[in-house]
Amino acid sequence: MDKIKLTIDNKPVEVAKGTTILQAARQVGIKIPTLCYMNLEGMGVENRPGACRICVVEVEGRRNLAPSCATDCTEGMVVRTTTPKVLNARRTVMELILSNHPKDCLVCASNGDCELQDLAATLGIREIRMVENAAFSTYRKDYSFSLKRDMDKCIICRRCESMCNDVQTVGALGAINRGFTSVVATAFEQNLSDSPCVFCGQCVAVCPTAALTRTDDTGKVFKALADPTKTVIVQTAPAVRAALGEEFGLEPGTLVTGKMAAALRRLGFDKVFDTDFAADLTIMEEGSELLGRIGGFLNGDTSIKLPIFTSCCPAWINFFEQNYPDMLDQPSSAKSPQQMFGAIAKNYFAKKSGIKREDLVVVSVMPCIAKKYELTRNEFSSDGNRDVDISISTAELASMIKMANIDFMSLPDEDFDHPLGESTGAAVIFGTTGGVMEAAVRTAYEVFTGKTLERLEFKELRGFEGIRTASVDFNGTAINICIAHQLGNARKVMDGIRKGELSFHAVEVMACPGGCIGGAGQPYHKGNASILKARSQSLYREDAAKPLRKSHENPYILKLYEEFLGQPMSELAHHLLHTHYFDKHHKI
Amino acid sequence: MVQIKMHLLVCGGTGCRASESAILVEQFNKHLQLNGLADEVKVVTTGCFGFCEKGPIVKVIPDNTFYTQVKPEDAEEIVKEHVLKGRKVARLLYEDPETLEHISDSKHMEFYQKQVRIALRNCGFIDPENIDEYIVRDGYAALGQVLASDPKETIELLKKSGLRGRGGAGFPTGLKWEIAAGNKADQKYVVCNADEGDPGAFMDRSILEGDPNSIIEAMAICGYCIGATKGLIYIRAEYPLAIRRLEIAIRQAREYGLLGKDILGSGFDFDIQLRLGAGAFVCGEETALISSMQGSRGEPTIKPPFPAQSGYMGKPTNVNNVETYANIPPIILKGWEWFNSIGSEKSKGTKVFALAGKINNVGLIEVPMGTTLREVIFEIGGGIKDGKRFKAVQTGGPSGGCLTEQHLDTPIDYEHLTAAGSMMGSGGMIVMDEDDCMVSVAKFYLDFTVEESCGKCAPCRIGNKRLHETLEQICHGKGTLEDLDYLENLGRVIKDTALCGLGQTSPNPVLSTMQYFKDEYRAHVVDKKCPAGQCKALKRYIIDPTKCIGCTLCARNCPTDAITGDKKVPHVIDQSKCIKCGACYEKCKFGAILIR
Amino acid sequence: MNKIKSLDDLRKMKQSLKSDISIREKSDKAEEMVRIRVAMATCGIAAGAREVMNTLLRKVEQDSLPVVVTQGGCMGYCYAEPTIEVAVPGKDPVVFSHVDSARALEIVDKYIIGGELLDGIIPVNYQSIQEKI
Repeated sequence: MDKIKLTIDNKPVEVAKGTTILQAARQVGIKIPTLCYMNLEGMGVENRPGACRICVVEVEGRRNLAPSCATDCTEGMVVRTTTPKVLNARRTVMELILSNHPKDCLVCASNGDCELQDLAATLGIREIRMVENAAFSTYRKDYSFSLKRDMDKCIICRRCESMCNDVQTVGALGAINRGFTSVVATAFEQNLSDSPCVFCGQCVAVCPTAALTRTDDTGKVFKALADPTKTVIVQTAPAVRAALGEEFGLEPGTLVTGKMAAALRRLGFDKVFDTDFAADLTIMEEGSELLGRIGGFLNGDTSIKLPIFTSCCPAWINFFEQNYPDMLDQPSSAKSPQQMFGAIAKNYFAKKSGIKREDLVVVSVMPCIAKKYELTRNEFSSDGNRDVDISISTAELASMIKMANIDFMSLPDEDFDHPLGESTGAAVIFGTTGGVMEAAVRTAYEVFTGKTLERLEFKELRGFEGIRTASVDFNGTAINICIAHQLGNARKVMDGIRKGELSFHAVEVMACPGGCIGGAGQPYHKGNASILKARSQSLYREDAAKPLRKSHENPYILKLYEEFLGQPMSELAHHLLHTHYFDKHHKI
Repeated sequence: MVQIKMHLLVCGGTGCRASESAILVEQFNKHLQLNGLADEVKVVTTGCFGFCEKGPIVKVIPDNTFYTQVKPEDAEEIVKEHVLKGRKVARLLYEDPETLEHISDSKHMEFYQKQVRIALRNCGFIDPENIDEYIVRDGYAALGQVLASDPKETIELLKKSGLRGRGGAGFPTGLKWEIAAGNKADQKYVVCNADEGDPGAFMDRSILEGDPNSIIEAMAICGYCIGATKGLIYIRAEYPLAIRRLEIAIRQAREYGLLGKDILGSGFDFDIQLRLGAGAFVCGEETALISSMQGSRGEPTIKPPFPAQSGYMGKPTNVNNVETYANIPPIILKGWEWFNSIGSEKSKGTKVFALAGKINNVGLIEVPMGTTLREVIFEIGGGIKDGKRFKAVQTGGPSGGCLTEQHLDTPIDYEHLTAAGSMMGSGGMIVMDEDDCMVSVAKFYLDFTVEESCGKCAPCRIGNKRLHETLEQICHGKGTLEDLDYLENLGRVIKDTALCGLGQTSPNPVLSTMQYFKDEYRAHVVDKKCPAGQCKALKRYIIDPTKCIGCTLCARNCPTDAITGDKKVPHVIDQSKCIKCGACYEKCKFGAILIR
Repeated sequence: MNKIKSLDDLRKMKQSLKSDISIREKSDKAEEMVRIRVAMATCGIAAGAREVMNTLLRKVEQDSLPVVVTQGGCMGYCYAEPTIEVAVPGKDPVVFSHVDSARALEIVDKYIIGGELLDGIIPVNYQSIQEKI
């Protein structure tokens, strides 16, 4: 590849052709500040509209300043990143941005976790010059179950648009109006809840300020915990344990399963259960469904449509219902683990423990904010009582732990409670892309072939490629699998299937980059893909360390079938653990 | 057989049509009929003559009689006197503002004498709705010639001619084509930027209305040279007449096979579609234009990639503006040496300007590059209206700068205008006189850029708003010296950091007026006075007690009862109540009301 | 409409359409043209000036002559109508009297093309064709 030589702040740099000044500078330890720029390296996610103009630098021979994020290096280029002209421009532009931004940092949802705040500190902004009564661009607020929009805090970095339109291909957000009144909004300025938004929350995950924030449900949880008439139980999704520690200063990828269980207990939850249990249950149901369909298909039943799609991810299900209503019978009818847990808790655990359904409060801790929406779906309630009452994100749990004066780091490691706290390694890896499929294959293989798997780890299903395909040999029958994460990749796969260009037996889709570990409920990774990889690795580590690694070996699951459900896909299982899908195609 | 002895050319440009030129045409036809002259005289609706100040224009051929401000009811007299008896209608002739003599032949008008019309060669000369007239004027001959040769030769010829983009930036056209030609792709596009948006500018509109075929021909030439088979004209929907004439021209060209498959038997296919824009100024910027054509929000993208690499639908795209295209067929027919001999050292050919503001001859002109501002304003433009004093001229539209008396002898070309702190722009030229307040002028232009900013980059979106607010404050007498420093710093930062050409040039009106009229700014902030008397908040009406006889007329007319005083005793104005409406000033018969 | 299939077609078409617009092209370059002004006041018309004018126009077109034919008001030579004024570039204008169609053609052939002087020239006692009105 062609190499280019240049100097940045008098340091010689050699870079490949096509390298930007920003990247080249980082190579030699010069960290040019950025604001709108975002690059999830290795995931094909980039936002560089060149809009904020914070990263400008001086390039010799150029009449104006160059945005370093969007200017490629050229041979012999002489770049200066800290001249008085550059610093003045950077600070003046920052002042402009701040002049049109609320000054309520102390009570802002992003206080202490705000890129704009950090940048103001880095640039040493001490005053914001503007005329008295200078105009301020404002826009109505918009609330939904999952997220809140406060566009007064928007700095028009367009990251949310890149995520929503380019990465997820949902297309709910776009800039409207012009000039000073420009704002990111939905089409026809609908509320987000009425728009094509699928609540994946990736816009929230990349927002540098508090323009887009998660809906905060911690107050509801504190209130339930304080109510003596309620039994409050909690379930935690697999990806939570891989990221919660980051909120307490731990390295990304540090597993805090034991401390998390301890913290939840100290917060006052009556039982600390694990969504992983429900994940194992999901494999039992979804795996059986998969085998049933594949078996029927191979036997020539033409009424069976393949591939089967996973149904764990609520944002994916929203996306599917809007965009592929012609394929409503194809996703697995198995509910997501969160909802399976809720159904079992309210119908099995409650009875078993002698608690009235309405006195049992089920809280979920999720890496996801679409889960907040998912639990409100009508089909997940019984007589107006929801199977899962409240869902909080990983970040909200961290904030509860802090508010409850718990010194997280000094907590002992504790176990989950029984019976809904036991899980296998297969369930743990649900939290990362490819995990659901790997878990399903482990069980389906053994059920289908009647043989014991020699090799549990399906490396071919792992990785961070947006679309991965693999063929697994089921004793002479090749089962073709596709795994997609990020909805844009899902769209490519789905369109290919719809056109008949692609054919698989099973497809796993997760809406977020890397799967649940990259969900919008997690501590923000701020475009650092290595954080996601570390989280993913930690889940595989936990899986490897588990004594049981196949869902059908979970003794409590087996007991649940024995005591209550009968067989996978039994009538009761159908009633409690399966659902159906709706045509939600947006008609404009 | 009776021979056609006379043509009556009636301007059918938007300006003259607004003054009923279409009805005038009907009247001419009617009276020619009544006088039995219908076979001998042909009435032709043409494009703009440029002399819009005095429209509607009628030119009588062959004697070149130039009638101005012709109303429909004048048709009868022209037919009966001039057409029938050869007697010119003196009252409708152009009157020289200096000599007060009637000038009948447009060739003798100073307005036309200094002009060289290349881009406007057919405007006001042919019927734009009749492709035959274009063909007689050597139309499509350049295309035919190009199609019979190697595209490289044409590109080389354009490079040698020195033609530069007339949209504002002045990029060499031949080079632009060469880059687009060099990029390989299965599909390429030729785009005509007809999104003319400068306030007061109508160069492109006039060309499209007066000579649409020249654009079609040039685009086809471009298509052949760069290897594109599809052309798109991005035109604002507010130009209905230009759109209609383009549609007619495209239809006629298709019927003749001058667009479509196998043009002139060469095997080359090319066709053109129109894309209507919603009139956002920023869409004149080529990347924003492409974005808008693709159905996205009209906002610029970072360059590179340039459109020549990745433009419309990600394919190599050549974007030129209307005037640039209009120059191309004559260059091909007359040779690069001819074009290269016109103009100044680095800026070749001519430039069309829309003259506006406080100038006698508001209109459209085309002059060789290197013509001085003085020649344009005082000779072609006929000087300042009402004998007032020239103060400044704004070139380059809202992105340009204001130049002063000291620049009057500056030759108009890309280099000199930029060096003087303004720019060529697309060709707007607005003249200001002694009554114009330069702070208000800067504010006026910022009003426009604030409105037209796409909102993408922070410096333009917020910075221009803040500039505008500060100017407003100064005009209201609340400015400080620090505000002047603030304006200057902010203006420079916006220039240095904004994303696109619109943002980078938007502070020019502020910076250039601050450079050349610093005293006027200081008068606003230090003395709280507006020397031009334009800023209402800085005006003070007072009564000269030596002149006031106490007639009470002013007090009776004051809408806010700010004036008090007994009969026959000098009155006083309570400044806290005065809203500066000027009613007292108008009413006073003794000149006792003074404006300070 | 017929398709134009080649550059030659286009050139032929241009030739065939030329007459329609030539009057404009000539007047645009009036200073290079021979200008003939036919006096078309009531006296001139009564004496047959229209016929003369028509003849001249036809002749000019047929032979593609660099001549512009305009009409003027009464020149004051009512006794000698129809009169025409001929201005050849670089020469003083000349007024011919009692012009009928045949004489008009003769003037074109002999004076304008041939450069010979003819009888019947009225001594010029006014400014020229270039007067302002």
